[in-house]
Amino acid sequence: MDLQYAQNWLNDILNEVSIQFQKVPGSAIFLRYVKSSYQNDPVRSAVELFLVLFAIRYLLSPKYSTQKKSYVTLSDEEIDELVDDWMPEPLVAPQTPFEEAENEKRPVIVGPTGPKSKLSNGRTVTNLASYNFYNLVANETLKEKAIQVLRTYGVGPCSPPGFYGTQDVHIKTEADIAAHLGASACIVYAQAFSTISSVIPAFSKRGDIIVADRAVNYAIRRGIQISRSTVRWYEHKDLEDMERVLEKVVREQRKKPLTRRFVVTEGLFENVGDMLDLPKTIELKLKYKFRLILDETWSFGVLGRTGRGITEHQNVDAAEVDMIIGSLSGPLCAGGGFCAGSDEIVEHQRISAAAYTFSAALPAMLATTASEVLSMLQTNPEMITSVRDNIKTMWAQLDPRSDWIRCTSSAENPIMILALKMEVVLGRKLSIADQEQLLQDIVDETLANGVMITRVKSMPRAINATTKDIGWELQPALKVCITSGLSRKEIERAGITIRHAVTKIMTRKR
Amino acid sequence: MSCRPLNPFASTCPPAPTTTNYNEKYEMPSRASSPRVKKFANFFSTSSKPRSETQTATAALLATGAAQHQSLLNSPSPQISSPSLSLPTISLSTARADSTNMDEPPTTLFQPPSPAEARRIAKAHAQFGPLGHHTHRYTSRHQGGAFPEPMMDEPPYWYLLTTYLSYLILIVFGHVRDYFGKRFRKQDYHHLQAHDGYAALNSDFDNFYVRRLKLRINDCFARPVTGVPGRYITLIDRKSDDHNLHFKFTGTTTETLNMSSYNYLGFAQSEGPCADYVEENIKRYGLTVGSTRGDVGTSDLHLEVEELIARFVGKQSAMVFSMGFGTNATALPALIGKGCLVISDELNHASIRFGARLSGAMIEMFKHNDVKDLERLLREVISQGQPRTHRPWKRILVVIEGLYSMEGSMCNLPGIIALKKKYKFNLFVDEAHSIGALGPKGKGVCDYFGVDPVEVDILMGTLTKSFGANGGYVAGDKAIIDKLRVSNAGSIYGESPAPAVLAQISASLRIIAGEFIPGQGEERLQRLAFNSRYLRLGLKRLGFIVYGHDDSPIIPVLLYNPAKMPAFSHEMLKRKISVVVVGYPATPLVSSRARFCVSAAHTKDDLDRLLEACDEIGNVLQIKFSSGIAGGAEPLPEGVTAEMEKEWKRAEKSGIQGEMDYQPPRWKLDDVLRRGVQDVKVPLR
Repeated sequence: MDLQYAQNWLNDILNEVSIQFQKVPGSAIFLRYVKSSYQNDPVRSAVELFLVLFAIRYLLSPKYSTQKKSYVTLSDEEIDELVDDWMPEPLVAPQTPFEEAENEKRPVIVGPTGPKSKLSNGRTVTNLASYNFYNLVANETLKEKAIQVLRTYGVGPCSPPGFYGTQDVHIKTEADIAAHLGASACIVYAQAFSTISSVIPAFSKRGDIIVADRAVNYAIRRGIQISRSTVRWYEHKDLEDMERVLEKVVREQRKKPLTRRFVVTEGLFENVGDMLDLPKTIELKLKYKFRLILDETWSFGVLGRTGRGITEHQNVDAAEVDMIIGSLSGPLCAGGGFCAGSDEIVEHQRISAAAYTFSAALPAMLATTASEVLSMLQTNPEMITSVRDNIKTMWAQLDPRSDWIRCTSSAENPIMILALKMEVVLGRKLSIADQEQLLQDIVDETLANGVMITRVKSMPRAINATTKDIGWELQPALKVCITSGLSRKEIERAGITIRHAVTKIMTRKR
Repeated sequence: MSCRPLNPFASTCPPAPTTTNYNEKYEMPSRASSPRVKKFANFFSTSSKPRSETQTATAALLATGAAQHQSLLNSPSPQISSPSLSLPTISLSTARADSTNMDEPPTTLFQPPSPAEARRIAKAHAQFGPLGHHTHRYTSRHQGGAFPEPMMDEPPYWYLLTTYLSYLILIVFGHVRDYFGKRFRKQDYHHLQAHDGYAALNSDFDNFYVRRLKLRINDCFARPVTGVPGRYITLIDRKSDDHNLHFKFTGTTTETLNMSSYNYLGFAQSEGPCADYVEENIKRYGLTVGSTRGDVGTSDLHLEVEELIARFVGKQSAMVFSMGFGTNATALPALIGKGCLVISDELNHASIRFGARLSGAMIEMFKHNDVKDLERLLREVISQGQPRTHRPWKRILVVIEGLYSMEGSMCNLPGIIALKKKYKFNLFVDEAHSIGALGPKGKGVCDYFGVDPVEVDILMGTLTKSFGANGGYVAGDKAIIDKLRVSNAGSIYGESPAPAVLAQISASLRIIAGEFIPGQGEERLQRLAFNSRYLRLGLKRLGFIVYGHDDSPIIPVLLYNPAKMPAFSHEMLKRKISVVVVGYPATPLVSSRARFCVSAAHTKDDLDRLLEACDEIGNVLQIKFSSGIAGGAEPLPEGVTAEMEKEWKRAEKSGIQGEMDYQPPRWKLDDVLRRGVQDVKVPLR
């Protein structure tokens, strides 16, 4: 009885629904369509219905992100409790004793930097730590020119280059550098260190491939990291290994769509001081169809007859190198950095290199100083030869005569990198930290004897980095910067001081 | 500085007699241009001393005004066209708004300047305009109460629709041109296509926007300039024969009113105490220190500047860098890393993103300036911990900017400090634009809100903007800064700031702090605050949609349609005003805008001239969209205060309840200029 009652009720409902359905405009067409098109094939209709229902369910389901798979739903009270409970670590870790000592001992120069500099403790020391190779800091002509520029342009341009920050002096400096190098165009950045970190990600994107020397400097590493490209390392200056890596990349990528490929390396290596074999590198990059990004931060203004860098030194046309990155702040004693290349490469950076687009332009007086120094280099190449003579003098005092250290720099590099000899490191089982401590002691000892040198600082590690993340580590070394502002005698004396300091520290009793 | 001896705009810009009347009332037009008043003009005078001659002077000015107007349109910088025009009264007394000796009789007699002297003054005034009137000052300070969210006004939907349509048309055209171009003009597309086994250097998708959209308006960007980017900026004229692919210099220059440089306090000067100090230091130190801070690139000048900055921002210690962008890019990775979280405002500057990405920390973003959204996010991330592992975060760093450069909005610092107390995160405030530009003493957002700087862990800022120098700083507790000195790539590898730049910072900072030439820093700060509010109020009243907070010196005017960007820029250039226009991708697609950066170097007359130009251009381009919700309303009648406004409105409407209704403000220019000065001093409406 109840069942019949229920059946009637159901029939009523169904009737009502069908009447309502028929009232909907177009319902008849829909019914006819369903009936005729599927020719009463129930299975097919059922599958279609299922798909429709699935689609509706999918559309109505709440959005979820793939990252929050492990999201835990918590009540407000629980969240409050967790918030109260959470205790962050202090913003920075406490300083290590080594770092504390570094902060304490950092020399402060009073007055101008020069071959002889006065320190804040009142002593005047021989300065072999500044990149003042040509003693341009003291150059009166440069100062006068800079003051003239100050009186026309003020100090800062107060704007990024894209918004009224491009001054005529920047355009001129860019043209001067391009002409000096023999490249077709050039772009000037406001800081040398940020230049290559921005150039690399402007071209190399996710999925692109970078092949780099294992010893490249920190700025290049930052650029590679920010570009998110795939990076392959080859052993430092090992052309065979480089060819192996290039060949492997080409082989692996044969089946895949063509991506941009770059070789990134340095002219004079910042951390080791030695020189690239540019003709061979270019040969290889042409053979495997890679583009070459060459960091000439330490070779521009240093190598070659007129300081055009490694391209001049090794007789390579600068146009063969796709991008040349250099510094105006080191050897040139001005400020800023640059990237030279073809017009397309340079124009692309003007809108897509972060450190150019989003930063204020270089102060006018630093740009004009750079131009001025370039013309000085062109007209008196003796500037460079006098530094090279001093390098030879210093080299003779250190490398062949010391039992403890060897100079890893090339013979033309005014930055002499002096690392402990391998047999010393292995014989005494010195860790990286031990070597750093020893070298710091040598630096202190040398300074106590009136010669200021410095050491190659180890690259800052990412916070909370695991040992796996660190990878290649450079060997700690001393850094001695030669200047033409000192006479041969003074360089010799300074060399002897350094050698004796090394011997004293290395032979002292523990 | 009371008078404007050579400023032509006092007389020439207001075109109608009515405006001149208001000039008489609110300002002292003090330039004597008729022989009759010559002898009076030679007196020194303090700023507000009433003088009957000014009436006649104004009348005389009116007579010559029309003739000058034309010549000045050709060159906006002060020029001496006839001897009768070059007889200013110059006050060397540093009369300030709050000084009491306004009515002191003039004491010194000054000879009319020689032509050379006049040129020097003209040059100085092209870099930094003299204060027009002592009332043109205001103190930048949060007035208490809850910090208001800026109202986001929207244009009628029609304009949004046409904006989207414009982009659609541009994109379709671009693709059609690319399609045919790649087939018929291969040589032009060489670098965009794979060739000889090399992949295209710029992938098509990346640079489509640049080639097909930005190229069309490239003449509005990167205009080359020369000279000092002060009150005026000299553009080097250029033209293009191939649709902006290449530019040719025509060999001429145009001096324009500079509404584009971040020269907030007007320290971009090639004369004056800062430049003198810089010169002295170039002579002493040379141009560089030739090393990094980590090695031997620290001189006594560096320590002095760091000490000054630390004292100025109210922190124990500070360090300076040679580049603002690089400061963020290197400081952030030295603070955070794996297992840490960066919570960043969605409109934070590229350098913050760069630094955060380098650090390897997780990055979350919250809605621009939305404290509620930040709190929601904080609750979520703290309770959930690190993704997948659910370990608690090692630390959470919230990174905000004091003043956002594209929006003109300030961060809600009090709101975020309140959250900080509850959620224990670390706070990093990027004061790139706000340092020097906000606060009664110019010390940035903390100063503006009266927040103790101790509440903020890291105060970062740039020295490029308000100080007219270059570089950036990071300030914090001594322990933090000492650690940063040894662990920060910028100090280990980045070049040490140049002595000239440091000297500029040192001199400008001491001027702002009042240690050097007392009164001048205060004048600059107060003029900036006045100018910012005056221009913003004026634009609102004219009917423009303007983003940002009232005291912010960055004033974006919304244009919406992409084609209006170049039109606005060209029209402004015709009127010899240089402005920045920005569109996608620096802003959301629809909200293309023009951005004015106000400076203390501007005079009220400069701003009046800008308002006049905006008024004309706004009518032609149809960009007066404002609906009134964001301000620009009619002033309240006498006796009605802001608190009583609601009551008063209700009474007016005689019983009609409900929402306050808004009239779209479309003020007449004359009214805007007439009411401006007095209304700036009260809360803007």
